[in-house]
Amino acid sequence: MNQRPLSPHLGIYKFAYTMALSILHRIMGVALSVGFLVLVWWLFALAKGPAAYAEAVEVLRSGFFKLLLAGWALAFIYHFCNGIRHLLWDAGAGLERREARRSGALVVVATFVLFALFIWAVYFATPVME
Amino acid sequence: MSLRTPLGRVLGRGSAGDGVGHWWEQRVTAIALIPLSAWFAVSLVRRHAGKFEDMQAWLSQPWPALLALLLVVALAWHSKLGVQVVIEDYIHAKGAKTTLLVLSTFLHFAAAFTGIFAILRLALA
Repeated sequence: MNQRPLSPHLGIYKFAYTMALSILHRIMGVALSVGFLVLVWWLFALAKGPAAYAEAVEVLRSGFFKLLLAGWALAFIYHFCNGIRHLLWDAGAGLERREARRSGALVVVATFVLFALFIWAVYFATPVME
Repeated sequence: MSLRTPLGRVLGRGSAGDGVGHWWEQRVTAIALIPLSAWFAVSLVRRHAGKFEDMQAWLSQPWPALLALLLVVALAWHSKLGVQVVIEDYIHAKGAKTTLLVLSTFLHFAAAFTGIFAILRLALA
C-alpha cells in the first residue's frame, strides 16, 4: 500500500502567491461560517426584544469582539471578491496563468479598497436611519 | 468490453447525473449570495448595525424581511456545503469525519431555522 506512487502534491510545486489566495479563500470561508452563527445569534436577540438586543450589542461592542467583527468584514470582502473570480473560472474564463495572476492581484487590491471603505463608513460616516 | 456493472446493465439506467449536485449547489448559492450579501452588508454598515428601534423598523418591512430570509437560507446552504468539503478534505479518520459532518449539518439547520424564525417574528409581529 505504502509503495504506491502518489500524484504530485503541494510540496513539489514552486510557491506562487495564487496558492496563498486559494487557501485563504477556504480559511476565510470557514471563518465566515462561524460569523454566520454570530449573525443568526444577533438576529435572534433582535427578535427577542430590546433587553436581549442590548445585551447582545454590549457583547458585540466589547474590544475583542470589535476586532473579530473587523476580521469578519475583511474575510467577507475577500471571499466575496475571490468568489466572483472562482465563478468566472467555473464559466471557463481567465484560466491562463497570466490572467489568473492578474485577477488575483485585482482581488487583493479590491479587498483592501473595500475594507478601507468599510472602516471609513463605520468610523467616520453618519449612520442612516429609516 | 463494457465497464458497466451487471447490476447497472440490468437496471438499464445511465448516470443519474447527481454526482455534480454538490458542485452545482455551491455555485448557485454563490451566485444568489452576490446580490443578497452585498445588499445586507451595505444595509448594516449604513445603519451601523444600530439601535434596536431602527433595526426592528428596518427588518419588519416586507422587502427587507424577504431579502433577509433569502440571505439566511442561501448563506446556511452555501456554508453547509463549504464546511462539508473542508471536513472531507482534511479529516481522514472515519469516525471523526462522520461525527463532524453530522454535527455541521445539525448546526447549519439549527442556525438557518433560528434566523428564519427571528426574521419572521420581526416581520409578522
